[in-house]
Amino acid sequence: MNKFMSIFRRESAVIPVVSIIIGLLLGALIMLIGGYDPLLAYDSLITKIFGTSYDIGEALRSIVPLVMCGLAVAIAFRAGLFNIGVDGQIIMGSLGALIVGTKLSLPPLLHALVAVVFGAILGGLWGALIGYIKAKRGINEVITSILFNFIALYLSHYFIRTFMPQAGTQRSAMIQESASIQIGWLSQLMGGARIHWGFLLTILAVIFYHIYLNRTKWGYELRAVGLNPDAAEYSGMKVPNVLVRTMFISGVFGGLVGTFEVLGVFKYIAINSVTSGLGFDGIAVALLGGNTALGVLLAGTLIGALTYGSQGMSFGAEVPGEIIRMVIGFIIFFVAAPGIVRLFFRPLTNKMKKKV
Amino acid sequence: MDIISNLINGTLVFSTAFIFAALGGLISERSGVINIGLEGFMVSGAFFSAVIAYYAESAGLGGLSPWLGVIGAFVFSAVFSSIHAIATIGFKANQVVSGVVVNILAASSTFFLVKLIFEGSAESPLLTTVFHKFRIPFLSDIPFIGNAFFNNYPTTYIAIGFVILIYFIIYKTSTGLRLRAVGEHPGAADTVGVKVNRMRYMAVILSGSIAALGGATIVLTSNGNFAFNTISGQGYIALAAVIFGKWNPVGAMLASLFFGLAQAVKDQLQIFEFAARIPNEFFYMLPYVLTMLVLIGAVGKARAPKALGEPYEVGKR
Amino acid sequence: MTKADIALELKGITKSFPGVLANDSISFQLKRGEIHALLGENGAGKSTLMSIVFGLYQPDAGEIYVNGQKEVIDSPNKAIDLGIGMVHQHFKLVEPFTVTENIILGMEPKKGLKIDIKGASAQVKKLSEQYKLDVDPMARIESISVGMQQRVEIIKTLYRGADILIFDEPTAVLTPQEISELLEIMRRLVAEGKSIVLITHKLKEIMEVADTCTIIRRGKVIESVEVARTNPQELAEKMVGKAVNFKTEKQAATPGEVLLEVKDLVVEGGKGKNAVDGLSFSIRAGEIVGIAGVDGNGQTELIEAITGMRSIKSGEILLQGQAVANQSPRIISESGLSHIPQDRHKHGLVLDFTVSENILLQTYHHPEFSQRGFINEKSRDEMAARLVKEFDVRTPSIDTKVRSMSGGNQQKVIIAREIDKKPQVLIAAQPTRGLDVGAIEFVHKQLIAQRDQGKAVLLISFELEEILNVSDRILVLFGGQIVGETTPESTNDQELGLMMAGKHEGDGAHE
Repeated sequence: MNKFMSIFRRESAVIPVVSIIIGLLLGALIMLIGGYDPLLAYDSLITKIFGTSYDIGEALRSIVPLVMCGLAVAIAFRAGLFNIGVDGQIIMGSLGALIVGTKLSLPPLLHALVAVVFGAILGGLWGALIGYIKAKRGINEVITSILFNFIALYLSHYFIRTFMPQAGTQRSAMIQESASIQIGWLSQLMGGARIHWGFLLTILAVIFYHIYLNRTKWGYELRAVGLNPDAAEYSGMKVPNVLVRTMFISGVFGGLVGTFEVLGVFKYIAINSVTSGLGFDGIAVALLGGNTALGVLLAGTLIGALTYGSQGMSFGAEVPGEIIRMVIGFIIFFVAAPGIVRLFFRPLTNKMKKKV
Repeated sequence: MDIISNLINGTLVFSTAFIFAALGGLISERSGVINIGLEGFMVSGAFFSAVIAYYAESAGLGGLSPWLGVIGAFVFSAVFSSIHAIATIGFKANQVVSGVVVNILAASSTFFLVKLIFEGSAESPLLTTVFHKFRIPFLSDIPFIGNAFFNNYPTTYIAIGFVILIYFIIYKTSTGLRLRAVGEHPGAADTVGVKVNRMRYMAVILSGSIAALGGATIVLTSNGNFAFNTISGQGYIALAAVIFGKWNPVGAMLASLFFGLAQAVKDQLQIFEFAARIPNEFFYMLPYVLTMLVLIGAVGKARAPKALGEPYEVGKR
Repeated sequence: MTKADIALELKGITKSFPGVLANDSISFQLKRGEIHALLGENGAGKSTLMSIVFGLYQPDAGEIYVNGQKEVIDSPNKAIDLGIGMVHQHFKLVEPFTVTENIILGMEPKKGLKIDIKGASAQVKKLSEQYKLDVDPMARIESISVGMQQRVEIIKTLYRGADILIFDEPTAVLTPQEISELLEIMRRLVAEGKSIVLITHKLKEIMEVADTCTIIRRGKVIESVEVARTNPQELAEKMVGKAVNFKTEKQAATPGEVLLEVKDLVVEGGKGKNAVDGLSFSIRAGEIVGIAGVDGNGQTELIEAITGMRSIKSGEILLQGQAVANQSPRIISESGLSHIPQDRHKHGLVLDFTVSENILLQTYHHPEFSQRGFINEKSRDEMAARLVKEFDVRTPSIDTKVRSMSGGNQQKVIIAREIDKKPQVLIAAQPTRGLDVGAIEFVHKQLIAQRDQGKAVLLISFELEEILNVSDRILVLFGGQIVGETTPESTNDQELGLMMAGKHEGDGAHE
């Protein structure tokens, strides 16, 4: 327990915590200036998250993709890659799930399983392709992922419109009920909140992330490549393989998000002109969580809950929900530039030292 | 012939916003600071131009109001580029992360402000006075070329002017020499007395203002107002244009024209029956796929500024 | 002596960095028109001191006088204004720029809005001719030789009107011929009224060119001496702080069978040239073969080809008789080759890994350490603890990140890892670069111990002294070819120097 607590005294934990506090305070300040009541706003935010069992369920539902996206960004980051293509990987995952979910007819459990696996693999391959282009042609993964996001978006539109249209709407046909991963009884218990098996998979993914990175041979290679690719190559590691492998896993995380959204939440894909942006939130989650498993879980929970709760703010306090996006922006800003945060709490720590 | 002439004209229309944003990105990256925040700067430019032009219009300034919108976008978007500059230069934050922050902050704060200013409305009111295509006397009467090149929005002419100006500054003046030196080898620049971080601050802040003109262009020429989807990915395309154009202003312009062309082609080809059968999505996808292919084929030739992405630390000379 | 005769004077300069007192109340006088050497080991504080003079750092205490006037130098600009110029060890040149662009950067002559490039290059040409520097103003930096680049650095200071020139380890990257040209240039500069501070740890240069020598050890001035009244032995002892034994003790070699053989090897460098160009040699068990040569003559490519980091164009590499050319680094390493890389931070270590994680780098995939895809942390830590003890690595624990350790201890981690692999052939590239005397001795002893155990050792070094001290046999590398073979007993540094510059034995060295 002591070891557990000491984690929170390290600077790596203090910075995010202080950043969150400053972020929320700045949000309050802006609300004040805008003529809103920040206390009422935050109160309605919290009520929205914890108010009813439905809300708790739906808040959990919003947390799941953020944790997964956080993992997707984090694992790439640990290998020295900036995967801002998670959005595209999500799309490929959801497309895969949709294809299996609409076109195949299988017994209930199996159908869902095949749909999840197919979507995850599609997302994984989409990610691996980015890694491959980086490894073989040396093209910066940031630019590749940007391009791939757009390509994935339009590719999915094409497939939906051509093969799985829902006449007269801007969305795809519905998946068959046998492919659903919703947990019906739990959903009913929680007032219809869209709870699905993806929740369990997310917990497993967090545990997998920790073990893979810190205990396995491949994880050791991944960290070596991320910290010093030259030394990794000198020690005989096949750096290109590590990059492709890592981006595959990252893509699987992203792809799973897509399958959850299609099979567990919406049952269809809406045709949007832009990508979901969840992948970019994943950057926030990964950064805030210091790219560790526990950190990503906590950060994803926080950001997911805030995002869900922000809907309550516009309702309860008539504050535009965007304020919470701003708060999230502030938080990442401070975590990314810890020097600013140190300016805030240096006087504080100095005082503490004097007392000792 | 008309079709080709219209195609060129349309290309210029669609490209203008990309050119501005790409030029902004180029200035920042030449100084050694990665700029993923172009999208955010464009959002900010679109927002400020829409709001300022709206109020100018309401105040009865008529034809002057879009111009005020442009100037406002240029000036006020420096707020967001300053955030990027302070984080990356002052506090050595990861430049990609900081760019993402700028995008989040720009989008959320402008939507927040729109709702605040226009009492809950999700978009700004439609402007009645926007830019119109301007026929350059005599030149626009030349057959084919006149319609293609000399019958355009004022913003397009300004964008081309900026390309020439920035090219001149970067390659012919001492400021440009210093800018390039700072992006290539900040240690070398520092030891001969060039203020590395000051140079970078200027470049990054200016980068935001110029990229913002791209956002303003979209509002003041095609959309007529600011909504949550006014800017949807153009900033990222502009970033691709910077790299595609090898960090050279003319190259960035050509890359932007290429992206614009892909959009214009779609509009012009729809007249034909054979083209109508090609799914729209393929036209949308085309520029990205082509860029990807070109990047894969041309690797090694495009050389990024050497110090791109690295904060400058005095100890690391 | 009047005040005006002193170009630069430092009084009680003190500077500390977190954990280190780099300069401890240093005082120093540079007379006008002299070459004043600043001698000290790596990390003695020479470069910090001169960075303070050049305005890159601020001293914690102390005063600086330039031409008798007390000055506060808070930026390189101020230093330049005061007529101080610095030729940096790592050149401060922008590679895609031309010579002229590099020289005028920060002080560009203008013609209207534009830079006056024509006028500038004429001025560069003039300076180049005045001091016989032979520099082409319009050449791009990336296309000219290292020696030429250094001269661009010199013109850079002259262009800014420098009277006091600081040379920071200027000969580290030069060929012996370029070195003597540089020393000639320095004499010419002094003759034209300039004053020079020469930072170095090479005694030979000091004896050859300097008038005065100030010795610094651990941040303190030990003494200032007139070079005419001292000798290398005395200088070395003052620099190190104890009697120095120039010769490393070792028994005569007893070479056995051939363990590594390279035949007609051709390896491409960048830009389509052959960096290694038809090179053959072999190393036997129980001998150390030293490869002497100036940096950039194919050493890097040769090592990379042997270790599998670079593919070869033609030829053969035989490790214990087995062809290993174009095999993967892993296969070659497993066939009995160990390698202490030239750049330990870039290639030898993952600085943010712990000691034990770094020790595992070469062997993590062995069944001993990884089972069913998982790393066996217990055997990893046991090995790390054992090696830390055996090789006397000074570290708080095996879980310490190597980034926080000294260069000597970092190198020990690498050596421990590579030697513990029980290789048949050990390649050591620049194994003592940047280390202090104690650590250098340790490394040399380890290499000799490997030899005595019947291993074949290939030592690649730019330091002639090291080659002469440690090797049993010496090969000279020039332009990607072996241009001479000799033994330490039958040669000396002058002769080696000539060979390293591409002049074959007998071409004049023995006349």
